Amino acid sequence: MYPPYKPTLLRSPRKPLIVLPHTLSEVTGPVYGHGDISETDNDLTRQHDGEPLGERITVSGRVIDDNGRAVPNTLIEIWQCNAAGRYRHHVDRHAAPLDPNFSGAGRTLTDGQGRYFFTTIKPGAYPWQNHPNAWRPAHIHFSLFGTAFCQRLVTQMYFPDDPLFPFDPIFNSIPDEKARKRLICKFEMDLTKPEWSLGFRFDIVLRGREGTPFESKR
Amino acid sequence: MKAKGKKPELIPFPSQTVGPYFQIGLSRPEPTSQIAPPGVPGERLKLVCSVFDGQGWPLNDALVEIWQANANGKYHHPDDRQKKPVDPAFLGFGRMATNNEGICVFETIKPGRVPGPGKNPQAPHLTVSVFARGVLKRMATRIYFAGDAANEEDFVLARVPKARRNTLMAQPVPGEPGTWRFDVHLSGKQETVFFDV
Ligand SMILES: [Fe+2]
Repeated sequence: MYPPYKPTLLRSPRKPLIVLPHTLSEVTGPVYGHGDISETDNDLTRQHDGEPLGERITVSGRVIDDNGRAVPNTLIEIWQCNAAGRYRHHVDRHAAPLDPNFSGAGRTLTDGQGRYFFTTIKPGAYPWQNHPNAWRPAHIHFSLFGTAFCQRLVTQMYFPDDPLFPFDPIFNSIPDEKARKRLICKFEMDLTKPEWSLGFRFDIVLRGREGTPFESKR
Repeated sequence: MKAKGKKPELIPFPSQTVGPYFQIGLSRPEPTSQIAPPGVPGERLKLVCSVFDGQGWPLNDALVEIWQANANGKYHHPDDRQKKPVDPAFLGFGRMATNNEGICVFETIKPGRVPGPGKNPQAPHLTVSVFARGVLKRMATRIYFAGDAANEEDFVLARVPKARRNTLMAQPVPGEPGTWRFDVHLSGKQETVFFDV
Protein backbone atom coordinates (compact mmCIF):
# COMPACT_ATOMS: atom_id res chain seq x y z
CA MET A 1 0.00 0.00 0.00
CA TYR A 2 1.19 3.52 -0.78
CA PRO A 3 -1.46 6.04 0.33
CA PRO A 4 -0.36 8.90 -1.96
CA TYR A 5 -1.35 6.60 -4.85
CA LYS A 6 -5.00 6.51 -3.86
CA PRO A 7 -6.39 3.29 -5.36
CA THR A 8 -3.79 1.28 -3.42
CA LEU A 9 -5.85 1.90 -0.26
CA LEU A 10 -8.59 -0.56 -1.18
CA ARG A 11 -6.54 -2.78 -3.42
CA SER A 12 -3.60 -3.84 -1.27
CA PRO A 13 -3.54 -6.77 1.10
CA ARG A 14 -3.08 -5.99 4.79
CA LYS A 15 -1.92 -9.44 5.81
CA PRO A 16 1.66 -10.51 5.14
CA LEU A 17 2.41 -12.58 2.05
CA ILE A 18 3.02 -16.25 2.75
CA VAL A 19 6.44 -17.36 1.60
CA LEU A 20 6.16 -20.11 -0.96
CA PRO A 21 9.23 -22.27 -1.56
CA HIS A 22 9.53 -22.86 -5.26
CA THR A 23 7.93 -25.97 -6.65
CA LEU A 24 7.53 -27.05 -10.23
CA SER A 25 4.53 -24.71 -10.40
CA GLU A 26 6.68 -21.64 -9.69
CA VAL A 27 9.76 -22.51 -11.76
CA THR A 28 7.74 -23.11 -14.90
CA GLY A 29 5.62 -20.62 -16.81
CA PRO A 30 4.28 -19.86 -20.26
CA VAL A 31 7.20 -20.00 -22.67
CA TYR A 32 5.45 -21.36 -25.74
CA GLY A 33 2.57 -20.22 -27.85
CA HIS A 34 2.91 -16.48 -27.71
CA GLY A 35 1.51 -16.37 -31.19
CA ASP A 36 3.10 -15.15 -34.33
CA ILE A 37 5.13 -12.05 -33.84
CA SER A 38 5.09 -9.96 -36.96
CA GLU A 39 7.83 -7.78 -38.31
CA THR A 40 6.17 -4.55 -37.20
CA ASP A 41 5.29 -5.75 -33.72
CA ASN A 42 8.47 -4.24 -32.29
CA ASP A 43 8.27 -1.12 -34.46
CA LEU A 44 5.39 1.02 -33.23
CA THR A 45 6.08 3.61 -35.92
CA ARG A 46 5.23 1.21 -38.76
CA GLN A 47 1.89 -0.23 -37.70
CA HIS A 48 -0.25 2.13 -39.80
CA ASP A 49 -0.23 3.64 -43.27
CA GLY A 50 1.33 6.87 -42.09
CA GLU A 51 3.93 7.68 -39.50
CA PRO A 52 3.03 8.74 -35.97
CA LEU A 53 3.90 12.23 -34.81
CA GLY A 54 6.59 12.62 -32.18
CA GLU A 55 10.22 12.07 -31.45
CA ARG A 56 11.31 8.71 -32.90
CA ILE A 57 13.29 6.60 -30.42
CA THR A 58 14.92 3.19 -30.16
CA VAL A 59 14.61 1.36 -26.85
CA SER A 60 16.90 -1.58 -26.47
CA GLY A 61 18.51 -3.64 -23.76
CA ARG A 62 19.17 -7.05 -22.34
CA VAL A 63 17.03 -9.16 -20.05
CA ILE A 64 19.03 -11.07 -17.44
CA ASP A 65 18.17 -12.88 -14.22
CA ASP A 66 19.67 -12.06 -10.85
CA ASN A 67 22.45 -14.54 -11.43
CA GLY A 68 23.50 -12.50 -14.45
CA ARG A 69 22.27 -15.10 -16.92
CA ALA A 70 20.62 -13.97 -20.14
CA VAL A 71 16.90 -14.70 -20.46
CA PRO A 72 16.51 -15.74 -24.11
CA ASN A 73 13.30 -16.08 -26.14
CA THR A 74 11.15 -14.42 -23.55
CA LEU A 75 8.11 -12.36 -24.44
CA ILE A 76 8.22 -8.62 -23.80
CA GLU A 77 5.04 -6.60 -24.26
CA ILE A 78 4.96 -2.82 -24.09
CA TRP A 79 2.23 -0.20 -24.19
CA GLN A 80 2.29 3.57 -24.05
CA CYS A 81 0.48 6.79 -24.85
CA ASN A 82 1.23 8.85 -27.95
CA ALA A 83 3.48 11.90 -28.16
CA ALA A 84 0.61 14.10 -26.97
CA GLY A 85 0.06 12.03 -23.82
CA ARG A 86 -3.10 10.22 -24.92
CA TYR A 87 -3.75 6.46 -24.81
CA ARG A 88 -5.82 4.74 -27.45
CA HIS A 89 -8.19 3.44 -24.78
CA HIS A 90 -11.83 4.24 -24.09
CA VAL A 91 -11.27 5.30 -20.49
CA ASP A 92 -8.61 7.88 -21.38
CA ARG A 93 -10.41 11.23 -21.49
CA HIS A 94 -7.34 13.49 -21.54
CA ALA A 95 -8.01 16.48 -23.81
CA ALA A 96 -5.12 15.66 -26.12
CA PRO A 97 -5.43 14.34 -29.67
CA LEU A 98 -5.31 10.71 -30.67
CA ASP A 99 -2.83 9.93 -33.42
CA PRO A 100 -4.43 7.88 -36.22
CA ASN A 101 -1.01 6.42 -36.95
CA PHE A 102 -0.21 5.21 -33.46
CA SER A 103 -1.68 2.31 -31.49
CA GLY A 104 0.90 2.26 -28.72
CA ALA A 105 1.38 -1.50 -28.36
CA GLY A 106 4.45 -3.59 -29.12
CA ARG A 107 5.70 -7.09 -28.50
CA THR A 108 8.90 -8.98 -29.16
CA LEU A 109 10.89 -11.99 -28.06
CA THR A 110 14.40 -11.57 -26.68
CA ASP A 111 17.11 -13.13 -28.82
CA GLY A 112 19.53 -15.87 -27.74
CA GLN A 113 21.51 -13.37 -25.64
CA GLY A 114 18.44 -11.87 -24.01
CA ARG A 115 18.53 -8.72 -26.17
CA TYR A 116 15.52 -6.86 -27.45
CA PHE A 117 14.79 -3.81 -29.62
CA PHE A 118 11.81 -1.53 -30.00
CA THR A 119 11.33 1.47 -32.26
CA THR A 120 8.63 3.85 -31.10
CA ILE A 121 7.99 7.51 -30.39
CA LYS A 122 8.66 9.18 -27.08
CA PRO A 123 5.43 9.16 -25.05
CA GLY A 124 4.13 12.43 -23.62
CA ALA A 125 3.34 13.23 -20.01
CA TYR A 126 -0.34 13.01 -19.08
CA PRO A 127 -2.63 14.16 -16.26
CA TRP A 128 -4.39 11.50 -14.17
CA GLN A 129 -6.52 13.08 -11.43
CA ASN A 130 -4.99 11.18 -8.51
CA HIS A 131 -4.57 14.52 -6.74
CA PRO A 132 -4.78 18.18 -7.86
CA ASN A 133 -2.57 18.79 -10.89
CA ALA A 134 -1.31 15.21 -11.01
CA TRP A 135 0.85 14.39 -14.05
CA ARG A 136 2.60 11.16 -14.89
CA PRO A 137 6.21 11.43 -16.04
CA ALA A 138 6.69 10.05 -19.56
CA HIS A 139 6.88 6.26 -19.38
CA ILE A 140 6.49 3.04 -21.31
CA HIS A 141 4.76 0.07 -19.64
CA PHE A 142 6.76 -3.18 -19.81
CA SER A 143 5.51 -6.73 -19.23
CA LEU A 144 7.86 -9.73 -19.07
CA PHE A 145 7.22 -13.41 -18.48
CA GLY A 146 10.77 -14.65 -18.06
CA THR A 147 10.78 -18.44 -18.14
CA ALA A 148 8.91 -19.06 -14.90
CA PHE A 149 5.86 -17.98 -12.91
CA CYS A 150 8.16 -16.58 -10.22
CA GLN A 151 9.85 -14.27 -12.75
CA ARG A 152 6.72 -12.53 -13.98
CA LEU A 153 7.26 -8.76 -13.97
CA VAL A 154 5.19 -5.77 -15.00
CA THR A 155 6.91 -2.44 -14.62
CA GLN A 156 7.35 0.98 -16.23
CA MET A 157 10.33 2.54 -17.95
CA TYR A 158 11.02 6.24 -17.47
CA PHE A 159 13.21 8.75 -19.29
CA PRO A 160 16.24 10.58 -17.88
CA ASP A 161 15.87 13.90 -16.06
CA ASP A 162 12.08 14.06 -16.02
CA PRO A 163 11.03 17.07 -13.91
CA LEU A 164 7.89 15.20 -12.81
CA PHE A 165 9.70 12.49 -10.83
CA PRO A 166 9.42 14.17 -7.41
CA PHE A 167 5.65 14.59 -7.84
CA ASP A 168 4.66 11.15 -9.11
CA PRO A 169 3.23 8.75 -6.49
CA ILE A 170 3.54 5.76 -8.83
CA PHE A 171 7.26 6.27 -9.41
CA ASN A 172 7.70 7.01 -5.71
CA SER A 173 5.72 3.98 -4.59
CA ILE A 174 9.08 2.20 -4.84
CA PRO A 175 10.54 3.10 -1.46
CA ASP A 176 14.21 2.66 -2.27
CA GLU A 177 15.65 5.50 -4.31
CA LYS A 178 18.31 3.32 -5.93
CA ALA A 179 15.69 0.78 -7.00
CA ARG A 180 13.49 3.55 -8.37
CA LYS A 181 16.27 4.98 -10.47
CA ARG A 182 16.84 1.67 -12.16
CA LEU A 183 13.55 2.18 -13.97
CA ILE A 184 15.04 5.19 -15.75
CA CYS A 185 16.53 4.27 -19.11
CA LYS A 186 19.84 5.75 -20.24
CA PHE A 187 20.40 7.83 -23.31
CA GLU A 188 23.05 6.17 -25.43
CA MET A 189 24.80 7.59 -28.45
CA ASP A 190 25.69 4.05 -29.58
CA LEU A 191 22.01 3.20 -29.92
CA THR A 192 21.24 6.52 -31.58
CA LYS A 193 20.81 6.16 -35.31
CA PRO A 194 22.14 9.06 -37.41
CA GLU A 195 19.38 11.07 -39.09
CA TRP A 196 16.79 8.70 -37.62
CA SER A 197 16.22 8.10 -33.90
CA LEU A 198 17.50 8.74 -30.40
CA GLY A 199 18.62 5.59 -28.57
CA PHE A 200 17.83 4.59 -25.00
CA ARG A 201 19.17 1.56 -23.14
CA PHE A 202 16.97 -0.28 -20.67
CA ASP A 203 18.51 -3.47 -19.28
CA ILE A 204 16.09 -5.46 -17.15
CA VAL A 205 16.85 -7.83 -14.27
CA LEU A 206 14.29 -10.50 -13.42
CA ARG A 207 14.41 -12.40 -10.18
CA GLY A 208 16.08 -15.77 -10.50
CA ARG A 209 14.61 -19.14 -9.87
CA GLU A 210 15.76 -21.18 -6.95
CA GLY A 211 16.53 -23.88 -9.46
CA THR A 212 14.36 -26.87 -10.11
CA PRO A 213 13.79 -27.80 -6.49
CA PHE A 214 13.19 -31.46 -6.89
CA GLU A 215 13.58 -33.81 -9.75
CA SER A 216 10.67 -36.00 -10.64
CA LYS A 217 10.81 -39.56 -9.48
CA ARG A 218 10.92 -41.61 -12.60
CA MET B 1 16.02 -12.86 -3.80
CA LYS B 2 17.55 -10.16 -1.64
CA ALA B 3 20.63 -12.28 -1.28
CA LYS B 4 23.38 -10.58 0.69
CA GLY B 5 26.33 -9.59 -1.42
CA LYS B 6 24.26 -9.45 -4.59
CA LYS B 7 25.82 -6.86 -6.87
CA PRO B 8 23.50 -3.86 -7.17
CA GLU B 9 23.20 -4.35 -10.92
CA LEU B 10 21.85 -7.87 -10.33
CA ILE B 11 19.06 -6.97 -7.93
CA PRO B 12 15.73 -7.73 -9.59
CA PHE B 13 13.81 -4.77 -10.94
CA PRO B 14 10.95 -3.28 -8.95
CA SER B 15 7.41 -3.81 -10.12
CA GLN B 16 4.96 -1.07 -11.10
CA THR B 17 1.21 -1.08 -11.52
CA VAL B 18 -0.29 -2.10 -14.87
CA GLY B 19 -2.43 1.05 -14.64
CA PRO B 20 -5.81 1.49 -16.32
CA TYR B 21 -4.70 1.00 -19.93
CA PHE B 22 -3.08 -2.44 -19.92
CA GLN B 23 -5.52 -3.80 -22.45
CA ILE B 24 -3.66 -1.89 -25.13
CA GLY B 25 -0.60 -4.03 -24.60
CA LEU B 26 -1.71 -7.18 -22.81
CA SER B 27 -4.57 -8.45 -24.89
CA ARG B 28 -2.79 -9.38 -28.06
CA PRO B 29 -2.96 -11.46 -30.10
CA GLU B 30 -6.25 -11.99 -28.23
CA PRO B 31 -7.43 -12.70 -24.71
CA THR B 32 -7.09 -16.35 -23.84
CA SER B 33 -10.13 -17.53 -21.99
CA GLN B 34 -9.90 -20.99 -23.50
CA ILE B 35 -6.95 -22.55 -21.72
CA ALA B 36 -7.98 -26.01 -22.90
CA PRO B 37 -9.55 -26.24 -26.36
CA PRO B 38 -12.21 -28.92 -26.78
CA GLY B 39 -10.71 -32.39 -27.01
CA VAL B 40 -7.93 -31.85 -24.50
CA PRO B 41 -8.03 -34.83 -22.12
CA GLY B 42 -9.20 -34.14 -18.59
CA GLU B 43 -12.17 -33.14 -16.49
CA ARG B 44 -13.57 -30.01 -18.12
CA LEU B 45 -14.03 -26.92 -15.97
CA LYS B 46 -15.59 -23.56 -16.43
CA LEU B 47 -13.81 -21.30 -13.99
CA VAL B 48 -15.57 -18.08 -13.07
CA CYS B 49 -13.12 -15.68 -11.39
CA SER B 50 -14.18 -12.48 -9.66
CA VAL B 51 -11.93 -9.78 -8.27
CA PHE B 52 -13.03 -7.51 -5.39
CA ASP B 53 -11.51 -4.60 -3.51
CA GLY B 54 -11.37 -4.15 0.26
CA GLN B 55 -14.96 -2.94 0.42
CA GLY B 56 -16.28 -5.80 -1.64
CA TRP B 57 -16.69 -3.80 -4.85
CA PRO B 58 -15.89 -5.72 -8.03
CA LEU B 59 -12.92 -4.48 -10.07
CA ASN B 60 -13.77 -3.85 -13.70
CA ASP B 61 -10.14 -3.15 -14.52
CA ALA B 62 -8.23 -6.18 -13.27
CA LEU B 63 -6.22 -8.70 -15.26
CA VAL B 64 -6.09 -12.37 -14.26
CA GLU B 65 -3.48 -14.80 -15.53
CA ILE B 66 -3.57 -18.56 -15.01
CA TRP B 67 -0.74 -21.06 -15.33
CA GLN B 68 -1.48 -24.73 -14.89
CA ALA B 69 -0.42 -28.29 -15.56
CA ASN B 70 -2.30 -30.71 -17.78
CA ALA B 71 -4.46 -33.57 -16.52
CA ASN B 72 -1.33 -35.70 -16.07
CA GLY B 73 0.20 -33.13 -13.74
CA LYS B 74 2.76 -32.09 -16.36
CA TYR B 75 3.62 -28.52 -17.30
CA HIS B 76 4.22 -27.56 -20.90
CA HIS B 77 7.69 -26.28 -20.10
CA PRO B 78 11.22 -27.52 -20.83
CA ASP B 79 12.12 -27.73 -17.13
CA ASP B 80 9.31 -30.15 -16.34
CA ARG B 81 11.31 -33.35 -16.90
CA GLN B 82 8.63 -35.77 -15.76
CA LYS B 83 8.18 -38.63 -18.18
CA LYS B 84 4.59 -37.77 -18.89
CA PRO B 85 3.01 -36.66 -22.15
CA VAL B 86 2.33 -33.03 -23.03
CA ASP B 87 -0.47 -32.10 -25.35
CA PRO B 88 0.61 -29.53 -27.96
CA ALA B 89 -2.96 -28.19 -27.95
CA PHE B 90 -2.73 -27.44 -24.24
CA LEU B 91 -0.24 -24.76 -23.27
CA GLY B 92 -1.64 -24.16 -19.80
CA PHE B 93 -1.79 -20.38 -19.96
CA GLY B 94 -4.82 -18.11 -19.82
CA ARG B 95 -5.20 -14.36 -19.49
CA MET B 96 -8.38 -12.32 -19.21
CA ALA B 97 -9.38 -8.84 -18.13
CA THR B 98 -12.38 -8.62 -15.82
CA ASN B 99 -15.64 -7.28 -17.24
CA ASN B 100 -17.90 -4.56 -15.80
CA GLU B 101 -19.09 -6.98 -13.12
CA GLY B 102 -15.53 -7.78 -12.12
CA ILE B 103 -15.71 -11.25 -13.64
CA CYS B 104 -13.62 -13.22 -16.08
CA VAL B 105 -14.25 -16.78 -17.23
CA PHE B 106 -11.79 -19.50 -18.23
CA GLU B 107 -12.53 -22.77 -19.98
CA THR B 108 -10.03 -25.39 -18.95
CA ILE B 109 -9.45 -28.84 -17.48
CA LYS B 110 -8.67 -29.83 -13.94
CA PRO B 111 -4.89 -30.16 -13.60
CA GLY B 112 -3.35 -33.36 -12.33
CA ARG B 113 -1.11 -33.49 -9.27
CA VAL B 114 2.40 -32.15 -9.78
CA PRO B 115 5.40 -33.19 -7.67
CA GLY B 116 5.87 -31.57 -4.29
CA PRO B 117 8.88 -31.40 -2.04
CA GLY B 118 7.82 -34.22 0.26
CA LYS B 119 6.64 -37.71 -0.50
CA ASN B 120 3.24 -36.50 -1.60
CA PRO B 121 2.52 -34.75 -4.85
CA GLN B 122 0.76 -31.40 -4.55
CA ALA B 123 -3.01 -31.22 -4.68
CA PRO B 124 -4.49 -30.10 -8.01
CA HIS B 125 -4.06 -26.34 -8.29
CA LEU B 126 -3.68 -23.49 -10.73
CA THR B 127 -1.27 -20.62 -10.18
CA VAL B 128 -2.79 -17.18 -10.51
CA SER B 129 -1.44 -13.66 -11.06
CA VAL B 130 -3.70 -10.67 -10.46
CA PHE B 131 -2.89 -7.21 -11.78
CA ALA B 132 -4.85 -3.95 -11.62
CA ARG B 133 -4.63 -0.22 -11.38
CA GLY B 134 -3.66 0.49 -7.78
CA VAL B 135 -1.99 -2.90 -7.42
CA LEU B 136 1.71 -2.14 -7.13
CA LYS B 137 2.98 -5.64 -7.69
CA ARG B 138 1.62 -8.76 -9.31
CA MET B 139 -0.41 -10.58 -6.64
CA ALA B 140 0.34 -14.30 -6.75
CA THR B 141 -2.11 -16.86 -5.44
CA ARG B 142 -3.34 -20.40 -6.14
CA ILE B 143 -6.68 -21.94 -6.94
CA TYR B 144 -7.40 -25.30 -5.29
CA PHE B 145 -10.62 -27.28 -5.53
CA ALA B 146 -12.87 -27.44 -2.49
CA GLY B 147 -13.51 -30.99 -1.39
CA ASP B 148 -10.53 -32.57 -3.14
CA ALA B 149 -9.11 -35.17 -0.76
CA ALA B 150 -5.56 -34.32 -1.84
CA ASN B 151 -5.90 -30.87 -0.24
CA GLU B 152 -5.34 -32.51 3.15
CA GLU B 153 -1.79 -33.48 2.27
CA ASP B 154 -0.80 -30.44 0.21
CA PHE B 155 2.39 -28.85 1.52
CA VAL B 156 1.47 -25.32 0.40
CA LEU B 157 -1.96 -25.41 2.04
CA ALA B 158 -0.25 -26.70 5.16
CA ARG B 159 1.69 -23.42 5.35
CA VAL B 160 -1.52 -21.40 5.27
CA PRO B 161 -3.37 -20.76 8.56
CA LYS B 162 -6.40 -23.04 8.64
CA ALA B 163 -8.88 -20.20 8.94
CA ARG B 164 -7.66 -18.68 5.67
CA ARG B 165 -7.37 -21.81 3.53
CA ASN B 166 -10.88 -21.39 2.19
CA THR B 167 -9.74 -18.22 0.39
CA LEU B 168 -7.75 -20.49 -1.93
CA MET B 169 -10.64 -22.81 -2.75
CA ALA B 170 -12.68 -22.72 -5.92
CA GLN B 171 -16.24 -23.72 -5.06
CA PRO B 172 -18.57 -25.73 -7.28
CA VAL B 173 -21.51 -23.66 -8.50
CA PRO B 174 -24.74 -25.39 -7.47
CA GLY B 175 -26.86 -26.57 -10.36
CA GLU B 176 -24.10 -25.99 -12.91
CA PRO B 177 -22.02 -29.14 -13.18
CA GLY B 178 -18.41 -28.43 -14.14
CA THR B 179 -18.64 -24.75 -13.18
CA TRP B 180 -16.44 -23.51 -10.35
CA ARG B 181 -16.26 -20.09 -8.82
CA PHE B 182 -13.15 -18.42 -7.43
CA ASP B 183 -13.23 -15.03 -5.72
CA VAL B 184 -10.17 -12.89 -5.23
CA HIS B 185 -10.40 -10.31 -2.45
CA LEU B 186 -7.43 -7.97 -2.70
CA SER B 187 -8.10 -6.67 0.79
CA GLY B 188 -10.77 -6.61 3.49
CA LYS B 189 -12.31 -9.18 5.82
CA GLN B 190 -12.15 -11.98 3.28
CA GLU B 191 -8.68 -11.08 2.02
CA THR B 192 -7.28 -13.81 -0.21
CA VAL B 193 -4.03 -15.49 0.74
CA PHE B 194 -1.26 -14.15 -1.48
CA PHE B 195 2.16 -15.68 -1.79
CA ASP B 196 5.65 -14.32 -1.88
CA VAL B 197 7.13 -16.28 -4.75
FE1 LIG C 1 0.73 4.86 -18.26
